[in-house]
Amino acid sequence: MSTFSILIILFALAAIGYILGRGRAMKSAGGSIRALHSLPHYYGWNVALFTLVPALALLALWLVVQPAWIDAQVAKSLPQGALEDGAYSLMVSDVRRLAEGLDTAVAKGMITPDAANTINGDIRAQLGAAGVALGAEVKPEILVAAQEMRRLGQAGDMWRNVAVIALAVLGLLFGLHLTNRDFRARNTVERAVLALLIGAAMIAILTTLGIVLSMLFETRHFFAQYPAFDFFFSTKWAPNFRGGSDLGILPLLWGTLYISFIALLVAVPIGLFAAIYMSEYAGPRARTFVKPLIEVLAGIPTIVYGLFALLTVGPMLRDYFAQPMGLGESASSVMTAGLVMGVMLIPFVSSLSDDIINAVPQAMRDGSLALGSTHSETIRKVVLPAALPGVVGAVLLAASRAIGETMIVVMGAGAAAKMDLNPFEAMTTVTVKIVSQLTGDTDFAAPETLVAFALGLTLFVITLGLNVIALVIVRKYREQYE
Amino acid sequence: MSRPRTSLFDITPRTRRRNAAEKRFRAYGIAAISIAIAVLAMLLVSIVSSGAGAFRQTYITLDVDLPEAKLDKSGTRDIAVMKKVSTFGYAPLITKALMAKIEQMGFETPLKKKEIGGLVSKAAAAQLRDYVLAHPDVVGTTQKFEFLASGRIDGYMKGRVTYESAEKDGKISPEQLRLVDALVADGAVVKRFNWAFLTSPDASGQRPESAGLGVAILGSLYMMLVVLLLALPIGVAASIYLEEFAKQNRWTDLIEVNIANLAAVPSIVFGILGLAIFINFAGLPQSAPIVGGLVLTLMTLPTIIISTRAALKAVPPSIREAALGVGASKMQTVFHHVLPLAAPGILTGTIIGLAQALGETAPLLLIGMVAFVKEFPDAPPEGLFDPASALPVQVYNWTQRADPGFVERASGAIITLLLFLVIMNVAAVLLRRRFERRW
Repeated sequence: MSTFSILIILFALAAIGYILGRGRAMKSAGGSIRALHSLPHYYGWNVALFTLVPALALLALWLVVQPAWIDAQVAKSLPQGALEDGAYSLMVSDVRRLAEGLDTAVAKGMITPDAANTINGDIRAQLGAAGVALGAEVKPEILVAAQEMRRLGQAGDMWRNVAVIALAVLGLLFGLHLTNRDFRARNTVERAVLALLIGAAMIAILTTLGIVLSMLFETRHFFAQYPAFDFFFSTKWAPNFRGGSDLGILPLLWGTLYISFIALLVAVPIGLFAAIYMSEYAGPRARTFVKPLIEVLAGIPTIVYGLFALLTVGPMLRDYFAQPMGLGESASSVMTAGLVMGVMLIPFVSSLSDDIINAVPQAMRDGSLALGSTHSETIRKVVLPAALPGVVGAVLLAASRAIGETMIVVMGAGAAAKMDLNPFEAMTTVTVKIVSQLTGDTDFAAPETLVAFALGLTLFVITLGLNVIALVIVRKYREQYE
Repeated sequence: MSRPRTSLFDITPRTRRRNAAEKRFRAYGIAAISIAIAVLAMLLVSIVSSGAGAFRQTYITLDVDLPEAKLDKSGTRDIAVMKKVSTFGYAPLITKALMAKIEQMGFETPLKKKEIGGLVSKAAAAQLRDYVLAHPDVVGTTQKFEFLASGRIDGYMKGRVTYESAEKDGKISPEQLRLVDALVADGAVVKRFNWAFLTSPDASGQRPESAGLGVAILGSLYMMLVVLLLALPIGVAASIYLEEFAKQNRWTDLIEVNIANLAAVPSIVFGILGLAIFINFAGLPQSAPIVGGLVLTLMTLPTIIISTRAALKAVPPSIREAALGVGASKMQTVFHHVLPLAAPGILTGTIIGLAQALGETAPLLLIGMVAFVKEFPDAPPEGLFDPASALPVQVYNWTQRADPGFVERASGAIITLLLFLVIMNVAAVLLRRRFERRW
C-alpha cells in the first residue's frame, strides 16, 4: 500500500469522524442547536482534526526515520573492511540502486516477489532485461544486502501502515469521547487554525535558514579542499576538472561590478529624469499613459532581455562601435550586458524614485515657487535634496538587482574571466560562473563544483548587505516626513 | 534714486538664461521617457521580427509509394515484424517520391540522389514510419503525405537563406534552391501556419524544423499548478497571521524583515537552494516540474504575501467591528468577512506573482531543467516527477545550439511566453477593474 493510498484512507477516516462528531454533538444537545457551546460543524471538525493531525505527524516522522534506520541496518551486514567513508556511501548507494532495480522488475512482472528475495547468479542480465541498467558487476554481498534492504523496507512499510491507521482510529474515538454539548469545540478548532497560520508565516524564516545553511554547509566543504585566502584574493580563475584549478573570485567580482556600473550609468539618469518628469511635469493623462508603458519593461522576463542582448544589441555594438574603433571582435561584451541590464533597471529606479519624490511635502515646493524660483530650480534645489536619501536607497536596491542578475549576463557578457578596462571585451560575472559550474555533469565532491556554493554565498552576502542598507535609508527617510 | 527701472515685462538676460535652463530640464525628462519607450519598442520589434517566422513552416507534399517488398516482407502485416524496418528503410522511399515528382514536372537537375533527399527534413522518415505502423493496411498503396522541409529550405522560404549564402553553405547549394523554386511554382512546396511548433516536443540539434514547444509548455503549466496550489494557500495564511493576529514583537519583526529580504534575494540563489535541499538532500529527481514548482513557490511567496497584506489592510475596520459586535469570533470575522472582501486584491497579486514565476529562468537552469527532453510527462500527480522542460529554459536551450534555424525558434518561443504573460496581466487588470471596491 503506497503512501498515497494511506493518505486517502486517513482523509476518509477524517470525513467519517466529521459526520460522527457532528451527529454526536447534536444528539447530546437533544437536537437543539441552542444548547450547544459551538456550532455543530465545529464538533465535526474537532473530531476530524483529532483523527488526522497525530496520524499525519506520525506518518511524516516515519517517512523520514525509516530510510535512515534501514541504511544503518544494512550497513551492519556489509563487510567491515569496506566501512571507510567514501567507499561506504558508494556501497550503500549501490545497494539502494539494486534494491530499486528489483522493485521495478517485480512491478513489471519480470520476476515474482518471492524470486526477488531468493534470486542469485547473473542478476545484472536479468535486471537488464527488465530495463534496469546496473553499472558494474554485482557482488554477492551487495545482492544479499539489497535483498535485506527490501525485506526491511517491506516490513517497515507494513508496520507504518498499521501504526498510522491505528493512531487515526484512536484519535477519532478520543475526539468522539470528548464531544458533548458543553465541550468548547470552536476554541480547539480555532487554535488549530491559528497554529496552521503561524506555520505558514514560519516558512519565510525557514526559507532564509535553508538558503544560508545549505550554502554554508557546502562552502565549508569547499574551504576544506581549497584555501580561503586564494579564493578571495587570487586574480586567476581557471577551473580544471582534473584538479589543480585556480579559483580566484576577483576576476568574477570585477566583471560583475563593471557590468553593474555601466547598467547603473544607464538606468539612474534615465530612470530619475523619467520619474521627475512624471511626478512634477506630466499631466494626469500623460501619466496614466506613460507610467504603465515604462512598467511593462519591469514585467518582461530577463530571458527576453538576454535574447535581445544576444540577437540585437551585441552584434550592433560590435559592428558599429567595437570593430570600427578596433576595440574588440566579440558580440558579447561588458557593454552589451551593461546596456541591456540598464534598460531592465529603468522602471525599477523610476518607480521607486517616483514614490519618493511624491512623498516630499507640497509645502516645500510652494515655498520655493513663492520665492520666485522656476519649476526646475525648485526641483533641483529643493525637491531633489529633500528626496536624496530615498533616491540613494533606490539606487542601492537597483545595484543589488544588477549584481544578482543572471540571464542577461549569461547570454550577453561572455564566459572569459579576466580583469580588463576595455568595455567591449567579453568578461564574466559571479552568476555566470555559478550557472556554468552547476549545470551539466557535476561531482559534488570536487572543489570545481563546490566553488559555486562559495560564490553563491558571497553573492548572497553582498546583495543582502546592499538591501539592508537601502531599506534602513529608505525607512529613515520616510519617518522624516511623516 | 538712481536704480535702473526694470519691469516684469522686460526680459533680462538672466531671466532668459533661467527660462532656457527650465526648458532644457524639461527636455531631459521627455528625452528620458522617450528613450525608455523607444527601447521597449525596439525590443519588441526585434523579437517579433525574428520570431514571427517560427509560426509558419514550409511543407512538401508528395505521393509516396509504400512497396510491400520493402516494408513488410512477410506480407502478414504483423506490427512486430514491420517494426524491424528502421527509418533507414523509409528514407529512400521519400527520396524516390521526390525524384518521381521532379520527373513528372519535367525539371532537369544535375543534383545527386542524396542532395535531392536533403530537401526533406530528417524527421520525415520517422513521420512516415509512425504512420505506416499505425495504419498497416496502407502498405502496397500510394499515399499523399505532407512532410516538413529541411531547415535550410524553410530558411530560404523565409528569406534567411539566399542564393549568395547558399554558395558558402555546406548544407545547401544554389542548385537545390533552384529546384525548390520549381517545386514552389508547382505547388508542392507550401508555407502555412505551424501548429506543430506549439504542440510537438523538442528535436535534436540537426533538425530545427521539427523542434516544438509542447513539452516546455506542459512543463511550465505543471510548475504553475504547483506554485498556485502551494504559494496561494501558504501566502494567504501567512498574511492573515501577520496582518490580523500577530502581536507587534521581535518575532513578528523577524518574519517581516525576512519576507522583505526574500523579495530581493537574487533568483539564482533560490536555484542553489533547490539544488542543495530538494535534489541533493531530499532526493527529488532532477529536471522534474515538482522541484521547479517548489523553488518558484518560495520565490513567489513574498510577492503574494505583500499584495495579500495590502488587500487585507484595505478592508475597513468597521467591517471587523460589525462582525465582532454581533458575536463572531476573531477567526470567524477574518474568514467570513475580511477574506472574501479582500479576495479580488489577493487574486490580482497571485496572478502577477504567477506571471513573474512563469518567466523565471536562472533557478531552473541549476535544477537540471536544461536537459534535452523529448518525452511528454505523464498526467499529474505522477507526471510532476517526470523530466520536463520549461518555456524560458527552452529559449535559453535553443540559443545555445549551432543551427541558425534555432534563433528563429527561440524568438518564436519568446513570443509565445510574452503572449501568456500579456494574457495573465490583462486578466489581473480586468479583475481589479471589475471587483475593486473603494471604501
